[in-house]
Amino acid sequence: MKYIDGFRDSNAASIVVRDIHRLASCLAEKSIEARIMEVCGSHTMSIGRYGIRQMLPENVKLISGPGCPVCVTDAAYIDAAVELAGRGVHVATFGDMLKVPGSSATLADARSAGACVHVCYSPLDALSFARENPDKEVVFLGIGFETTVPTVISIVKKARTESLKNISVLTAFKLVPPALEALANDEDVAVNAFLLPAHVSAVIGSEAYEGFVERHRLACVIAGFEPLDILPGVQGLLQQFAEGRSDLENQYSRVVRRKGNRIALSLMEEYLEPADCSWRGIGTIPGSGLVLREEFSDYDAAKKYNVSTVGGTPDRRCRCGDVLRGIILPGECPLMGKECTPLFPVGPCMVSSEGSCAAYYRYSR
Amino acid sequence: MNISDRILLGHGGGGKLSRNFIDNEIVTRFAQNGPLAGLPDGALLQAGKEAIVFSTDSFVVSPLEFPGGDIGKLAVHGTVNDVSVSGAVPEWLSLALIIEEGLELDVLRRILDSIREAADEIGVQIVTGDTKVVARGQCDRLFINTAGIGRKIESLNLGIERIQQGDAVITSGTLGDHGMAVMAAREKLTLNEKLYSDTCSVHRLVAEASQWSDSVKFMRDPTRGGIASVLGEIVEDRQFGIVLKEDSIPYNPHARAIAEVLGIDLMHVACEGRMLLICSPEAAEGICSAWRKLPEGAGAAVIGEVTDDRGRLILETGIGGRRMVDIPQGELLPRIC
Repeated sequence: MKYIDGFRDSNAASIVVRDIHRLASCLAEKSIEARIMEVCGSHTMSIGRYGIRQMLPENVKLISGPGCPVCVTDAAYIDAAVELAGRGVHVATFGDMLKVPGSSATLADARSAGACVHVCYSPLDALSFARENPDKEVVFLGIGFETTVPTVISIVKKARTESLKNISVLTAFKLVPPALEALANDEDVAVNAFLLPAHVSAVIGSEAYEGFVERHRLACVIAGFEPLDILPGVQGLLQQFAEGRSDLENQYSRVVRRKGNRIALSLMEEYLEPADCSWRGIGTIPGSGLVLREEFSDYDAAKKYNVSTVGGTPDRRCRCGDVLRGIILPGECPLMGKECTPLFPVGPCMVSSEGSCAAYYRYSR
Repeated sequence: MNISDRILLGHGGGGKLSRNFIDNEIVTRFAQNGPLAGLPDGALLQAGKEAIVFSTDSFVVSPLEFPGGDIGKLAVHGTVNDVSVSGAVPEWLSLALIIEEGLELDVLRRILDSIREAADEIGVQIVTGDTKVVARGQCDRLFINTAGIGRKIESLNLGIERIQQGDAVITSGTLGDHGMAVMAAREKLTLNEKLYSDTCSVHRLVAEASQWSDSVKFMRDPTRGGIASVLGEIVEDRQFGIVLKEDSIPYNPHARAIAEVLGIDLMHVACEGRMLLICSPEAAEGICSAWRKLPEGAGAAVIGEVTDDRGRLILETGIGGRRMVDIPQGELLPRIC
């Protein structure tokens, strides 16, 4: 914990916060408002947990983005998982997925009605379960961004090596750079800087954003998830504004390299190919998903069980789509805290521990 | 609202879902008035001239044995603590065992010995009991229920309505150790050093605190849902709020490490041998130093203060931010007690 505590040090934080206020008042003189989107759900949670938003000046706004995998998972994907569980398939998942509303039910509902839904901390738990229970069919719910994808795919690799036939993955893998591209092209999205994700960047490398920054001339900083990553990240963005620059900077250089994690990237390349992908509340973003290549279709649960994971009918009143694009803040949704609470979530942003509505509900009301 | 028509695991999680369930299903039937109204940890009853406290608790922890304790110790401490924080001296316990066919007799013997040891240490007598055995698969190894009776300490006058702005919030030691120790044992998380459950009886802490009986206004052992649940519930709909100072809250570094790995807020995690106490500010240091003389109170600290910020539980974070503390919602850590 000593290592982490250094990134939560109050004296160091107060020095950075003072400089943020100094930079912000320079910007205020030029009537510039920094509208910074933190793309990743872990940033959103950390900002809430440490009360960072309240430490920032008026003209520095942090706006949560679409980087919470649970939040952007289509209702039809949940429907497919609920259907598989109902058919007697053993569904293994990260806990966050349990309460995400599908078109009519959640996996928690399915479990209490007798379906086998098993919460695991690691995809490898699902693999061990499949190995120990050869008579049971196991489906792992493979949602996530570039961070999670390699670990999930490693179970396909291991299952193939061991000739395990009773496990497959229901994929809804998503990619960050195409989503950034869609946000930057979206005229409704009023954001002028990005705090780029930490762990995703560790996998894909800072290189993956170079073209994006070149095309859109937006200030971008890759930042870690600790308070003394986020605050210096914001400081770096304001410094860019002050100097009239729009560059790609890497605050998280203790982990993120330009070329990323080659082992992970080559594993993804070997097993997966890009595909258009539907994001809940946002719509289809070209090339923003990853699906298993044809030769691994035995491990593709959607093909194995012939279920569709696109579409579905989420609650129409839910404005998670606008929240995910930073068009409204969670507090501006009329359902917030009334019809939509973590106990009875209407939309996925309220369900996930990393969802921006959940963070708002927990830390800021 | 897609409220389920079946019981979910979260209904037993100690958070808001449990609370709603109890309010809707139990309070409406049994607790409109009488001793159960307001859902205290123990019922305050009048037996002839004497005031007594009566409480019960069930234990389903998995695994049965964990670093620092086992289900037997927990079953004694859990009920004794509910009686104690209700302002009473625990005297008698009942013990009911529900055993799954196939449980190793060795394990059962160890647990029964542990129950006797814990009861002897506290000075409570086990005076009645029951044993049931169910077929394999119909329970998980061993479940225990205990009920306890204690004599009310006359001088203590506890009541949330007595809490005022400026009062101090005290803990008797590090928070969340029990929940994290059980999770580490269950998930086989290996650390360089072992984390032990904090399970123990708080009866001596209550006895010490009762020396400041005029100043002590509230006592609770923060079990399921942690301090966030306990303090969040007492500020709800009240004229006061509470502000906690993150830097003052004592945590065991190993518990912090496990919570970090699991992504859990330690303010949501159960203890089984800690106390939260709210008292007038002038008594706070005295109670803390009295507690620190006992091994179970060695880590006592003032962690926060009652404010006029109505109904709000706020944390001043270590880096100088402020945020709301939420009450955990549903299933956080099932079967840790």
